[in-house]
Amino acid sequence: MAFKFKGVDFIGFDALLNEDERLSRDTARQFIEDNLIPIIEECNREGRFPRELVPQMGELGFFGANLHGYGCAGMSNVEYGLVMQEFERGDSGVRSFVSVQSALVMYPIFTFGSDEQKDYWLPLLAKGEKLGCFGLTEPDFGSNPGGMRTRARKVGDEYVLNGEKMWITSGTISDVAVIWAKVEDEDDRVRGFLVETDRPGFSAYDVHGKWSLRASVTSGLSLQDVHVPAKNLMPGTGGLKSPLMCLNQARYGISWGAIGAAMSCYDTALQYSLLRKQFRDQPIASHQLVQEKLTWMISEISKAQLLSLQVGRMKDEGKVSFEHISMAKRNNVWMALECARMARDILGGNGITDDYPIMRHMMNLESVKTYEGTHDIHTLIIGQSVTGIPAY
Amino acid sequence: MKILVCIKQVPQKDAPLKLNESGTWIREDVSYEVNEPDAYALEEALRQKEKHGGEVVVITAGPARSQQVLREALAKGADRAIHLEDDKFVQLDSTNTARAIAAAVAEENFDLIVTGLQSDDFGAAQTGVLLAEILGLPHATIIIGIEKTDSGLHLKRELEAGHYQYVDLPTPAVLTIQSGINKLRYASLIGIKQAKNKPLRKVAWAEVEPKLSKNLQQIERLYVPVKQKKTEMIDGPAAEVARKVTEYLKNTARVI
Ligand SMILES: Cc1cc2nc3c(=O)[nH]c(=O)nc-3n(C[C@H](O)[C@H](O)[C@H](O)COP(=O)(O)OP(=O)(O)OC[C@H]3O[C@@H](n4cnc5c(N)ncnc54)[C@H](O)[C@@H]3O)c2cc1C
Ligand SMILES: Cc1cc2nc3c(=O)[nH]c(=O)nc-3n(C[C@H](O)[C@H](O)[C@H](O)COP(=O)(O)OP(=O)(O)OC[C@H]3O[C@@H](n4cnc5c(N)ncnc54)[C@H](O)[C@@H]3O)c2cc1C
Repeated sequence: MAFKFKGVDFIGFDALLNEDERLSRDTARQFIEDNLIPIIEECNREGRFPRELVPQMGELGFFGANLHGYGCAGMSNVEYGLVMQEFERGDSGVRSFVSVQSALVMYPIFTFGSDEQKDYWLPLLAKGEKLGCFGLTEPDFGSNPGGMRTRARKVGDEYVLNGEKMWITSGTISDVAVIWAKVEDEDDRVRGFLVETDRPGFSAYDVHGKWSLRASVTSGLSLQDVHVPAKNLMPGTGGLKSPLMCLNQARYGISWGAIGAAMSCYDTALQYSLLRKQFRDQPIASHQLVQEKLTWMISEISKAQLLSLQVGRMKDEGKVSFEHISMAKRNNVWMALECARMARDILGGNGITDDYPIMRHMMNLESVKTYEGTHDIHTLIIGQSVTGIPAY
Repeated sequence: MKILVCIKQVPQKDAPLKLNESGTWIREDVSYEVNEPDAYALEEALRQKEKHGGEVVVITAGPARSQQVLREALAKGADRAIHLEDDKFVQLDSTNTARAIAAAVAEENFDLIVTGLQSDDFGAAQTGVLLAEILGLPHATIIIGIEKTDSGLHLKRELEAGHYQYVDLPTPAVLTIQSGINKLRYASLIGIKQAKNKPLRKVAWAEVEPKLSKNLQQIERLYVPVKQKKTEMIDGPAAEVARKVTEYLKNTARVI
């Protein structure tokens, strides 16, 4: 059976946090321990999103936690990051759901929306009474969203939208979709629309056969002559920069989330290695090769914590750049995947079953490596930043 | 009802503990948390306030780090906090801790004071009872149910072996609360932000020192029990062996 999570802090990291930061983290940790851990393996096995947790998540302020006003908690970016860490310690899929609701739906409404859009949607989304999704990726355009084919055409005081979106988290459970489309009479400029999912011509279907993020919903969206009032256009959006700003928010949260998944794997492997005995009745933790793996993991987790904390502090001071967030996302997801693989190895045969969370984290992290900018795309972002030469 | 909740910060339950150099207590570099029964005492106070109105005040005696437990209580809904802040409070025995708390709240007239049944670290289960004695208030321990009545409080106590006792007390009174009396709430993220603006009064060591005396109880030495393996073989006829084994279990091991 799985072990109770003991927390991971090798370098006195907690001393770098203030009281509110620790309290936010501890609240999220307790919430996940009490409510998600007991059901997550069953959800993962059945491919079920634990929707029953949504009202309480809303009540506790987990949605849009780093936004101010409209019933949001007004957390700092570090506090928000630590909450994401705890959610992903539970499951990347459930963290993804919160990321999408917060960073990819509430954030653009907050940042680009009209007062009317903010007043209506934000309080409902903060409470979890309405759910949202973010439609940027298309079947033929992932890493290169600028090539998107979805179009919006202005007809009178309405826009008519046509296109296909793919790999959209929470697509079939959403009340509102943030749809990014090229506007024909604005010279194909990319703009964002709030599309209520019950509008005629809008349909969503689930992606089946996933081996990853099974506790979160992944969907395709189809828009065929969907009419929305002109006031559903988010007035502040303009160009591909707008959706990329949203992704920056989400990527930042992911950099923390990955630490949570890594902590779960490391903590499981550590506890297992102290109990499991092989050869001369010795715990496998007494073998040098096992210690080397544990050492690697705890070192990388500690480095990742410092990286995310610094990026978070810079974000709170308004000094962060997208390439800093790229580094945190790229590095931390990579190290989490490596931790998952090493931890799995330490559990031997037991590592492949869902008695332990490791294999689930490993499979989840494959999605996390790909979405919000693949590992290699972030390599190119950092590469361009240091050389000045784009290599896409 | 105006309610005071006494909360202690204790080492986290599964934290690996190391002895300090003098071997009289543990090293301070561990993670800390709210003493478990105190969390239930706070929850019960918040529920009573939600039912009957009033105010919930939380108090702790401990070093700077223990402010965390007050912040958490404020985030969960307590109205204000009192922090007897000094490293020296850690070394106080139950009597002196109760004296310090009594001195800090001398000006306030609480209808109800709740503490946890005992602390997870020392486990003395004395502070609440001694506080009642010092303040001259009636008290009841191991409370698992509180009902406000016209004349005071109707209480349910947990006794041994599945027995309960019901008692009635006038207010003001002091109660020590058993874990599990209710279901704990979480601090909401909004609550954590709001807690910043709630009043927190600090009480210095010097303010309560005149009320304290030498500790009546002192830890001389703390040590990790040494594991011992001793095997004794008992030979002889079965009846004789069985008799010796029962005798051992009864008189030496005292498990039956
Ligand atoms: C579970 C899940 C949930 C998702 N949720 C959402 C969502 O809610 N909303 C949304 O809009 N999207 C979502 N996505 C989509 C995600 O953002 C895309 O999968 C991602 O951007 C990669 O796009 P792609 O899958 O088309 O891969 P591709 O872009 O086809 O990339 C395939 C490979 O080619 C590499 N590559 C591409 N271009 C280059 C280059 N120039 N140089 C070197 N290598 C390159 C990539 O690094 C990658 O290894 C989700 C995806 C998944 C798996
Ligand atoms: C799907 C599956 C099918 C299988 N089918 C069969 C089968 O048909 N028949 C069968 O007999 N077995 C089968 N096995 C069992 C398989 O051979 C064992 O899982 C394998 O030998 C490892 O043993 P373990 O799982 O007990 O891990 P452990 O031996 O507990 O190893 C755990 C970790 O400790 C490390 N370790 C152990 N000892 C040392 C040491 N001295 N120094 C350094 N590191 C050490 C290991 O490398 C590993 O990382 C199967 C396993 C799986 C997963």
